[in-house]
Parts: sequence; structure tokens; C-alpha cells
Amino acid sequence: MPTKSNGTLSNRRTTAARREAPTAPARRDFLKTIAAAGGALCLELALPPLAHAQGGGAEVTVWLLVYPDNTVLMRVARSEMGQGSMTGLPMLIAEELECDWNAVRVEYVPVAEHIRRDRAWGSMSTGGSMSIRGSHSYLRSAGAAAREMLIAAAAQQWNVDPASCRAANSVITHIASNRQLTYGQVAEAASRLTLPKDLKLKEPKDWTLIGKPVKRLDLRDKVLGKPVFAIDVQLPGMLHASLAQCPVFGGKLKSVGNREAVLKRRGVRNIVELPDAVAVVADNWWRADQALQQLRPEWDGGGNGKATSDSIRAFLMAGIAEVHVPVARNDGDALTVIARATRRVEAEYYTPLLNHATMEPQTCTAVVKGERVEVWAATQNGEATAAAAAATAGVPLANVEVHKMQLGGGFGRRGFQDAPRYAVLVARQMPGTPVKTTWSRAEDMQHCYFRPVSVARMSAGLDDKGRMVGWRTRIAAPSITAGLAPDRVKNGLDLQACSCFADSPYAVPNMRVEYAMRNTHVPVGYWRSVYHSQNPYFRECFLDEVAAAAGKDPYALRRELLAGEKEARNLRVLDAAAKAADWTAKAPAGVFRGIAVADGYGSYAASVVELSIEKDMLISLKRVIVAVDPGHVVNPDSARAQIEGNVIFALTAALYGEITIKDGRVEQNNFDDYRMMLLRECPKIESVLAPSGGFWGGMGEPPLMPVTPALVNAIAAATGKRIRSLPLARHGFKLAAAA
Amino acid sequence: MITLNINGKTHRVDVEPDMPLLWVLRDELDLKGTKYGCGIALCGSCTVHVDGQAVRSCATAVASVEGKRITTIEALAQGPALHPVQQAWLDAEVPQCGYCHPGIIMAVADLLAKHPNPSDTQIGEALTNICRCSTYARIRPAVRAAAQVMRDGQKG
Repeated sequence: MPTKSNGTLSNRRTTAARREAPTAPARRDFLKTIAAAGGALCLELALPPLAHAQGGGAEVTVWLLVYPDNTVLMRVARSEMGQGSMTGLPMLIAEELECDWNAVRVEYVPVAEHIRRDRAWGSMSTGGSMSIRGSHSYLRSAGAAAREMLIAAAAQQWNVDPASCRAANSVITHIASNRQLTYGQVAEAASRLTLPKDLKLKEPKDWTLIGKPVKRLDLRDKVLGKPVFAIDVQLPGMLHASLAQCPVFGGKLKSVGNREAVLKRRGVRNIVELPDAVAVVADNWWRADQALQQLRPEWDGGGNGKATSDSIRAFLMAGIAEVHVPVARNDGDALTVIARATRRVEAEYYTPLLNHATMEPQTCTAVVKGERVEVWAATQNGEATAAAAAATAGVPLANVEVHKMQLGGGFGRRGFQDAPRYAVLVARQMPGTPVKTTWSRAEDMQHCYFRPVSVARMSAGLDDKGRMVGWRTRIAAPSITAGLAPDRVKNGLDLQACSCFADSPYAVPNMRVEYAMRNTHVPVGYWRSVYHSQNPYFRECFLDEVAAAAGKDPYALRRELLAGEKEARNLRVLDAAAKAADWTAKAPAGVFRGIAVADGYGSYAASVVELSIEKDMLISLKRVIVAVDPGHVVNPDSARAQIEGNVIFALTAALYGEITIKDGRVEQNNFDDYRMMLLRECPKIESVLAPSGGFWGGMGEPPLMPVTPALVNAIAAATGKRIRSLPLARHGFKLAAAA
Repeated sequence: MITLNINGKTHRVDVEPDMPLLWVLRDELDLKGTKYGCGIALCGSCTVHVDGQAVRSCATAVASVEGKRITTIEALAQGPALHPVQQAWLDAEVPQCGYCHPGIIMAVADLLAKHPNPSDTQIGEALTNICRCSTYARIRPAVRAAAQVMRDGQKG
């Protein structure tokens, strides 16, 4: 249970409940526990049977089942949240399996089975753009192993050497005799063979599926409104809850007024009081929410009730002013070089808190029955959800069943387990009854693991030839890691918060990066691209300021600083974006360009934004080019969709995104005061896929990294104004309808 | 009791007259294709048709649509074939997470019923739905593709 916050900005809240890291469950003696639990965990609610129990499919490696009708069921461990992993991950298996792609079906790995089988399917975590890059190796190997096992089974049946057989399109052929068996015919025998070793994976030049456009498998249902999102779960006897957490983070529920009147309202079944929240349970969510609004909870803000955005910013600025802070990188002697430089450039940048604002608000259904817990969740990590449910209910992990439902958007938000935790806490008060706890939009807006607020102060020194000889950066920002796993932050240094600087590819001989960790009472978390959502803005816009001071073209300066061999991929993707923009040719009259590049999540991304500024600070976006080098592209159309989505995600934040704090709580409530870009504002987006091969990078976040700095650099080119804080709307900028 | 005509079927529901249509659909009638996004008619995830007009059901009192013809995403397609808007959405691979798209598809179907060949301005004004995956770049061309199919269908 949460403990009282000590209430000062400089000390991290000690609220244990806000610390559920996406952790892996501990190993347990599953056999013993399962026996004690009577074997079955399912509470006999309205659930489809597990697919592996259907129709006699044979498991050939844990990743796939082959059925007598020659169809293949592939399992996906990571979460599909719109990025196409439910298609892209099976493609990796199918590439090596040599199966008929048209006969492939997919399902999630059941979380409880994953835990029972000692995490046989690896990581379920779906963050950090990890799905493809984190699993390509074992998925391709599984496909290759299954293929070899199927071939071996056929060869045994024919009594021939497996090497004399070939597999293609789910059929095994003995070359010499031209005899054939389908995968379905030998699957049962293949499933009994041992996993082969020394598998040789295909060379990229031999791929027939990876890199080719494949239609996503989840879209037909999606256009019909059929998928069951977490908010759509319906169970017999299920009730609905609406939740109100203490508006001031870290605060407590003191008392609840108007209980009797609310309990008498139609449909209301219960009022659940929790240490830091209150919920109303009713037979319909609207009734629950209406009733919740009639309650009069009294809260104890715990000393944070006076915090404001200004006080938080001042607290960050104190970190900028501090004399000694941890150093993340120290090449040469930047301080001396900058002090003695012919010319100095200095600037300070700021970015605000942001909410993910997934379209589906936080929601989770739970039923607690004796020592068993079953939850239906929208989660970016099924294992973490199971661990959170077990810890919350105080039951062994093996007593928890998690059903991964469709996610109405993730963007990092659903790696955090607060929605499942509250759902279990509420359901625990209604033993045996399934309760779906859905947050109102206002609740979702005000309670989040927000993108951290940040300040960056940078200074650069130029020599008499205009060369950048020194660069000092100090970041003052909350540490996400410190909130999740404090032990992992050593000596006050969080390298993740310094990303883009500590690992900057630019060849500046004297480079110093410092980090002032400033943890506030506002919970912070992973927001699409994490610190790459603000640090590239700081770095790339400041670099343009340096270019201007040195009288250099921004693209030319970047090329100069990326001349080394190590920086070749950054340079290459920068060139790809510049080429698509025809950067070296003069822009049309009144049109201005900005450029930026960044690397992260194993990929390289560059952007050129073209715009003009009309009267009244109206930004007219002409086009947004984003080039990405993720090494290998698996499904090109899904990769392009990630570029398109990331562009708008970035532009929305740059133009409008700002969560503000007053009286210790979030001021925003809905999409009227936390604006999203709309279709009519969507510019022309040109996605450039520039895979250079030889590595596997992410696609879910990297396209976002260079967009904001390219935009802000273009604004500087058009207006001469360096915009050093976001959102742009705060400076009076507006976005014109797309041309 | 309130009598509702939803997707060609008559339903009698015992609910408060001011309950939003959205929650009658979702929690009383188990029609879950229509989504909750904001509750104040801003995001359009809850869009349905009432007498052929796109309406945001989260801010529509159920009593106000009694006796009217209500269509939800579940019944947009007539029979096994997809509605041209759904087909265009599938062809262009528009949805990502897909949560907001039932609402967007319903809004587009209404737009094209009124404007068989909508201008960019008309598309922009009609489609104020919010999509957080930001699939907007594919929506405009998909709307045009669907419009073309629907116009061709009417000629034929």
C-alpha cells in the first residue's frame, strides 16, 4: 500500500504503488503450485479455449502449431498495439519455416502458460521499439528449427536422408523420388523430435517474405469494429467501476462524503475506498461515473498541494545552477576550451510534461475469487501485469491468469501497471464478481506516468576557423529509472536521461555532458521515444544555433561533424533525407527548411521539414520528410505507417502538448485543453525507408526523434526566432489547415 | 422503457432518459464496436448514425433518439461484403491500433452519403475525429478511394 509522501520536491515520492516496474516474475515451483490449485486456473468465465487445445494441432517448437489441414498457428509474445507486430513477428518465423503464408493464423501466447512453462517465449515486454529487434534472432531460429524437424519427420517416414529433401510452401519434397508430404501430415511426428542444433539462417538476399509488403492480419476485424479491446470485455455478472485517484500525486484519501445518497442511486452496488483513491461500482459504467461525481471525497495532498509548473521548473533550474553534478561524458576539456574559445554560443531549452492520451482510456477487468485472480488487460507487458496482479492481491503468481486484450493505443503508457492494480484492488472488494474499472478521460488525463519535464543548458566554443571545438550540455530532468528501480541509478547518474548527448555521434573533440537529476512528485514514465522525445530537440536546434554563429549551412555542419567511420549511418540517413528534400537546391520563395538527425533504439532517423510562416504566426507545413535506417525492414508498409504516425505524434507535442501542474495536480481534463492534431492539419508526409542491412533497429519510436527539431529549425530559418521551449502554441504559433 | 431501433432491430431498454446512447449501446446492449474516448463529443470515437446522420453518441441522450433509426459499426456492412469505406480502409491499411476507426468509418460513410465527391475542405471539416496513432495521412486517400467506388457503384 502507498505510504505517505514526505512532500518535498527534491525527494522522490516513496509511494510503493507507483513503482511497479515492468518486472519479470520470479521463478517458482510451478508444478507444486498448479497441483495445489487443482490444475486449472481458468475461472470458467466466458473464455475461448486456448487455441493449442483446438483441432489437434501439433506443437513444433513453442512458437507454432501445425494442424492436419496444413494451417499453421503462430504465437506472438509481445503486444500488438497498432504497430503491426502481430504480422511482422510471425513473418520472421515464416521466413525460415518455408510455410504457406496464406495458411498462417496468429494468437497471443497465454500469459499464465508462459509463466507455467518457465518463460518459454522470452520477453513479453513491448517497449523500446523492441518487438522485432529484440526477437528476430530466436523467432527466425524457431522457424528454421521447425522446418528442419518437419523435414526430418518426412525423411524418417520415407527412410531417406533429410538432406535429400526440400521444404517449400508447407510441403516437403524428396527430390530424387518427387514424393511429397505436407507439414500437416508430418507435424505430429515432428513435434516429438528434439530441437536441432547448428541452425543456419538464410542470407538476407534469399529472403522471400522479410522486406516484402505483407497485409496486416488484424485489420479486417478492425474495420468491422470486431476486436475486443480491454474496455470491451464482457463477462457474466460483470459490474463497472469508475475511479477517482487523489488529484495530488502521492496524496491520500481522508474521507468520503455523501456515501448514503450515492449508494441509493440507481444501479450503484458499492463504494470502494482505497488508500489513495475511491471508486463507485455499478451495473453500467455511466451510472458508476455519474455516481462518482456525486461523492465528496476529501484528500490529503501530503505536502505537494502547492506545487505548480513554475515551481517544478524552478526546481529544475536549481539543477542547472548547481556547481557539481554527475558527469555522463567528458571528452577532452570542454570547460576550458569553451572558456577560451574565439566565439561562444549558449542557450537554454525547456520541454514540458506530456500525457500519452491513448484513445482507449486506462481500463482493466478483474475478478478475485479466493486465492485466484483473473484479469483482462490492455498491456504492453503481460508478465508485468501478472506480477502486478499477484502482488496486489497477495496471491502466488501461478494463481493469476492474464488475458491480453486489444490495446487502444500504448505509446509506453501501458507498460505501467496502475490500471490492472486498481482493477484488482476494486475487484477484491467484490469477491467472485468480475469488475471492469475504467477511468474517465479526465481521470486518464490527470493520472499518468508523464513524459518528464526537462531543461537543457548548452554551450559551445568555436575556434577562429569557425570549427566547433567544445560542447557542454547539462540536462536537468526527472529520472524515470529512479522511480521504477532506484537501485539502478548509481551516483545520481541516469544515462537514459542523457541519451543523444552521452552517445552523441558528432565529432567534437571536447564534449562534456552533465546530469542534474530532479525528481518531483509527478510520476514520470516512458512516452514514445522516451528521452529521445526532447533531447534531439535540444541537441539539433542548438546545433543550428552553432551553425548560424559559424556562418555554416546546417546540413553542411552536420556532415562535417559526422565525417568519421563510426558516424556513417547517421550521415547516410541524413543524406537520404536531404536528398529527398533536394536540400542543396534553393527552396521556393517564402518556403523555409529545417533539418535534423538522431539515432536511438537501434535505428537512425533524419527529417527535413518545409514550411512557410503566414501572417499571425500561422505555420503552413509544406511537407515533412523522414528517412529511417532500421537496418532491416520487415514489413515496409507497417514501417511507413510508423513514420506517418510518429510525425503527427511529434508535431502534436511540438505544437500543442503541455501538461501543467497547479495546486499539485494536473490542470488538463480532456482533448479540449490537451489538444491533438486533426486530419485537416495533417501535412504531406514523405517516408523514406533507407535500410542499409546488417543490423536490426526499431521502427516504433525512431521516426519521432528528428521531427520536432527539424520543425523548429525551419521556423528559425523562416522567422529568425530560436524557439527554445515547447509547445509552439505558447509562443503564439498556430497550424494552418494542410494545403 | 425506451424503444430503440438499432441496426434494424427493436430493443426496449429500461434506462434513465439522459443516459448517453453510447452507454446504452455498450453496457446495456453489448454493442461494443462503438467506443468511448472523451465523453464530451470531441474525439468522435463514439460516432453512430441516427436517421442517416453521423452523431456522437457519448453526448446524445438516449431519450432523444427514441423511435429513430440507429446504425452502429456492427451493421454498416450489409451482408458479408464490406462497406466501400471499410474496404478502402482495408486496402490502404489505415488503422493501427484501430480503436478510433469505427467512429471515423461511420463519419466517413455519412460524409460520402452527403458529398459523393468531397473537397479537401469538406473532408477536413467533417472528420474532426481524433486518432492518437495518427493515421491521418492515409485517411484522405482512403476517403477518395471509397468515394470513387461508391460513385462507380451508383452509375452501374
